[in-house]
Amino acid sequence: MVVNRGTDIYLRYTGRKKLVLVVLAFSIIIMAIVAVNAGSMNLKLYQVIQSLLGNGSDVSDIVIWRIRLPRILAAIIAGAGLSVAGCVMQNNLRNPLASPSTLGISSAAAFGANLAIIVFGAGSISSTSTDAVTINNPYFVTVSAFICSMIATMVILLLARIRGFSPEAMVLAGVALSSLFSAGTILIQYFAQDFQIAAVVFWTFGDLGRIAWPEVAILTGIVVLAFIYFMFRRWDYNALDCGEETAKSLGVNVERMRQGGMLVSSLIAAVAVSFLGIIGFIGLVGPQIMRRIIGGDHRYLIPASALMGSLLLLVSDTLARTMVAPVVLPVGAITSFFGAPLFLYLLVRGYQK
Amino acid sequence: MILQVNELAFIYPGRSVLQEINFSICQGNFLAVLGVNGAGKSTLLKCINRVLKPCAGSVFIQNNEADKLSRREIAKRIGYVAQHHESVGMTVFDTVLMGRKPYIQWEASSKDLEITHQALKMLDLEEYSLRYLNELSGGEQQKVVIARALAQEPNLLLLDEPTSNLDLKNQLEVVRIIKRVVRNQQIGAVVSMHDLNLAIRFADRFLLLKNGEVFAAGGLEVMTSENIESVYSVAVKIKEIENVPVVIPV
Repeated sequence: MVVNRGTDIYLRYTGRKKLVLVVLAFSIIIMAIVAVNAGSMNLKLYQVIQSLLGNGSDVSDIVIWRIRLPRILAAIIAGAGLSVAGCVMQNNLRNPLASPSTLGISSAAAFGANLAIIVFGAGSISSTSTDAVTINNPYFVTVSAFICSMIATMVILLLARIRGFSPEAMVLAGVALSSLFSAGTILIQYFAQDFQIAAVVFWTFGDLGRIAWPEVAILTGIVVLAFIYFMFRRWDYNALDCGEETAKSLGVNVERMRQGGMLVSSLIAAVAVSFLGIIGFIGLVGPQIMRRIIGGDHRYLIPASALMGSLLLLVSDTLARTMVAPVVLPVGAITSFFGAPLFLYLLVRGYQK
Repeated sequence: MILQVNELAFIYPGRSVLQEINFSICQGNFLAVLGVNGAGKSTLLKCINRVLKPCAGSVFIQNNEADKLSRREIAKRIGYVAQHHESVGMTVFDTVLMGRKPYIQWEASSKDLEITHQALKMLDLEEYSLRYLNELSGGEQQKVVIARALAQEPNLLLLDEPTSNLDLKNQLEVVRIIKRVVRNQQIGAVVSMHDLNLAIRFADRFLLLKNGEVFAAGGLEVMTSENIESVYSVAVKIKEIENVPVVIPV
């Protein structure tokens, strides 16, 4: 039709973005199939399928249902959550460097874990386990980490509300709180025993193996709700990209949008860090990769960031499990090891049209 | 009456920016807001669509008090182009589509896309529709953000120095577009300007601001050399060259 040529061209353009989303989703499915078959326990493909269908042997059932599946789902959900939280924070704070750790959440969570393990004695040595160090009350550590990271978030959001903080001031306040919590951590560790420090360092390494079905369920619930909330706000985020005053003139309540966005994305980050330890870089690099591939339109950028985060964390975790099997490397290190060169490549290449 | 401003005042902590501002414009009016840097032109525009909250006074948009309208309702009535605009990875079409933001509930309808397309067409921007905004020249970018304001289907346009940073050709083009839209669609425009020649040639109403107060307001009759001299502290003469009034500093 000649009449609608202009809109047709545009619809074809957005169609290409939808195609990218579909390709990403398929990549995740394929990667999940690879991941469920990978591991130090050499299960054959038919054993995996039998277990998935519910007719497997006891051993393969345990490996698939108790170890691999929760881990894979945790990678997909946590990756999506961290990445989508980074996407919204980068928009809300108008800062390409913003990520879930920007408001000091990671340092606060680490402080909380230190507090629980060292001061309240939730960590100890266990020689029977394959790991020399165990944390004997993981729930206490998780709750303590979560409370501390939410305190950090609330302090900044309250300051922002009372003093009318600009995005720059919020980022700077995050840096200040982050260093405050780091200092607290150092002081606690200075008076700790060796084995307690070992337990704490072990906690700090992000590890997807810590998570079982109940935690996966909690994480999934929060990430899905947050995702829906972000999708409802996607036009507001686009408007903010045109400038704060322009967004207001287009009918957006910028202050309320920013408070909501920061609170929800901080919540995702706090839950993920508390359950899994510190998994850096996904929240920064996931949205930035997709920004360069499909552009800054949040209608597509939000789902694309989520999918890219899932894919990055799933690939990283599978590599972490298989590279020097049976040793499982800390996934937080692997994400940066592979994410950073990929990101540098995209930076050099610039934005794609 | 499209816009009526009564006793408007705005105070930054410790400094009064605007006080006792009164004026009104009708359909088809092109109002030029004139004054030196810091006279309060930008602040006045932002107070009209409540990007800033005025400290006193009232603003009526088509007999509705702005105070009682939601942001979204104001956005359906007033299109605003800020002095500076930004863009992060948005195409021209996406940028203009943002003008439909006040109307969009969940997803842009085919009507929204069609209005966006028409706004692009009106400003001769069709061929740029899938280019990124920051790849365009200053003049083209200015036209894109004006197209966004038009896509809002507003009754009133607020334009903050739309011709600064543009070359002579683009200055004339942008002002002519504004003039044409105002006349054809019978909407109002409040335009802050620095170029007195453009203002006196194209605008039909004038608001001269001095130290945050209205120094003079009205039609072409207020654009006297005496008034301009008092507002800008520069002696000027107004001459006609081929029926076009020109302001010449002397």
